[in-house]
Amino acid sequence: MTILVFSEQDTTVNELLAKSKEIAGSIDGQVVVIGFPGSAHPENFFKHGADRVVMPSSPGLSAGAPLSVQYSEILQNACAEFKPEVIMIGSTRWGKEVAARLAGALGCGCALDCTSVSMDGQKAIVVERLVLGGNANSRELFTSFPAVITVPAKVIPCLPEASSPGGEVEHRQFEVSPARMSLVKTTKREVAGVKLDLANVVVSFGRGLKAKDDIRMISDLAAALHGEMGCSRPIAADLKWLPKEHWVGLSGIKVKPKVYVACGISGQIQHLAGMRDSGIIVAINKDKDAPIFKAADYGIIGDIYKVVPEMMNQLKTCH
Amino acid sequence: MVNIAVLAKVTVDVQAVKVDAETNEPILRGVPLKISDFDRNAMEEALKIKAKLGGKISVVTAGPPEAKDQMRQLIAMGADEAHFVTDVSFTSLDYSAVCRLLVAALAKLGKLDIILAGEASIDQYSGQMGPRIAGAMGIPSVSYARKITPDKDAVLVEREMGDIIEEYNIPYPALVTVNKEINEPRLPNMMQIIGASKKPITEWRPDTLGVPAEKLAPMSRLLGLKGITMKRKNVIFTDEPPAAAQKLVEALRKEGVLGGGAQ
Repeated sequence: MTILVFSEQDTTVNELLAKSKEIAGSIDGQVVVIGFPGSAHPENFFKHGADRVVMPSSPGLSAGAPLSVQYSEILQNACAEFKPEVIMIGSTRWGKEVAARLAGALGCGCALDCTSVSMDGQKAIVVERLVLGGNANSRELFTSFPAVITVPAKVIPCLPEASSPGGEVEHRQFEVSPARMSLVKTTKREVAGVKLDLANVVVSFGRGLKAKDDIRMISDLAAALHGEMGCSRPIAADLKWLPKEHWVGLSGIKVKPKVYVACGISGQIQHLAGMRDSGIIVAINKDKDAPIFKAADYGIIGDIYKVVPEMMNQLKTCH
Repeated sequence: MVNIAVLAKVTVDVQAVKVDAETNEPILRGVPLKISDFDRNAMEEALKIKAKLGGKISVVTAGPPEAKDQMRQLIAMGADEAHFVTDVSFTSLDYSAVCRLLVAALAKLGKLDIILAGEASIDQYSGQMGPRIAGAMGIPSVSYARKITPDKDAVLVEREMGDIIEEYNIPYPALVTVNKEINEPRLPNMMQIIGASKKPITEWRPDTLGVPAEKLAPMSRLLGLKGITMKRKNVIFTDEPPAAAQKLVEALRKEGVLGGGAQ
């Protein structure tokens, strides 16, 4: 069995190598990294389990940001040469685009954003991924090869770095058609400095907050709890009261603080998927039937405009 | 004049899916169907493009027979044509099979300029189908569009990749998937809804699309779905705010999570 590994992020390549090595090891296979031109030290992939490292070069490659259209073609050509059974790709937004195009071109099976990859006996690959808005875990068996699989960063632990360096990086030219599209402009986006995924306490709010000026009430509570402020989708995406770095949810940021406080958030499953792994979950909502209460350890049925100030009083009076 | 195709998926309303307490499996039977949210954004974007450049909008949906009626919503929004790809054994088809059917259906629509779809479906949330179809057709694609500026021969597409905003120029034909923030899909009025009920929906099956059954053999198989349940304490305080807040803060202190919290 041959497994191809590809990601534009070196650390993700190392993680995918750990998994590929585990799978290939059980059946005497080989693991080949198809390098990304931006990779700083492709020779280090040997230390993480690569049997071969191939750096592709292609005169037809567009300058500037890499086009997924062209990289899926490079991988398609690499597949023609190495005939892999499995192609493991890092699940970034870009990587998923590359993977899906590749699967379309190869007409093969493909599973994106896998949270688990394993061998079923000696024969087939089984993957798991989240479906139904984060409500369920789906277990899928590949019944044919090749299988294109993407795995997000930090899902697989890296192998300890081996001390013995493994080999020579190979350079190979792969044909790439001229791209029928071009990147005309890139702009750096203003990014808020908040790192919600690292916070110990997150105090979030949703549509229960009536005016932008009232955000102060939430940020005060977050500060009193030594936490950061988060929000639900409508606040960041529709109203744009807070930058996206505050958006907790399936398509926002996934958080797991010790305490998560949801103020005026109804608890759509996409939101729950972003905070489900929190330690203690607190919900404040005036609608007693809001789904957030089912996901909460502690809840107060009441108006956040009355409850939050009372919480502030309580936090101030105690020592 | 541009020829636009919108790919729309009919899914269960994930918001309404419950998990069976005994089997721990999500209960999908009886859950209402809907057009996947992002695909309504794709439809809205198609309408905007048509308003600017003129042209025709064809919506294409592939799904089990019961999905067909949902397409009326897209017709009511303003689709010129609706094509439904179905098969009695549709639910056993995987991505690769559905992709083949959609590619065959798109080929029937003549020369297309723009193919639009949602960046992902609300049930699978995978984002595979759009770029997969483009890969199979060998045409350029951009996923996750947050802004589309169409012109006669090419389209400008803006998207966010982390802290970088990228802008692509793609000559037609182009496949673009859109995110939920790109627009606010219009709600059809009563007249449009009534009008939509009278419009024809073409029905295609694998054989009428010229896709032989062996080309639809699944590459992967679902082994099982397991519901993710949240086991939480569910202690709810219904007292007046001062008393409720006091009990909550007390409970958090007992949990030992207030740390040095209060000043």
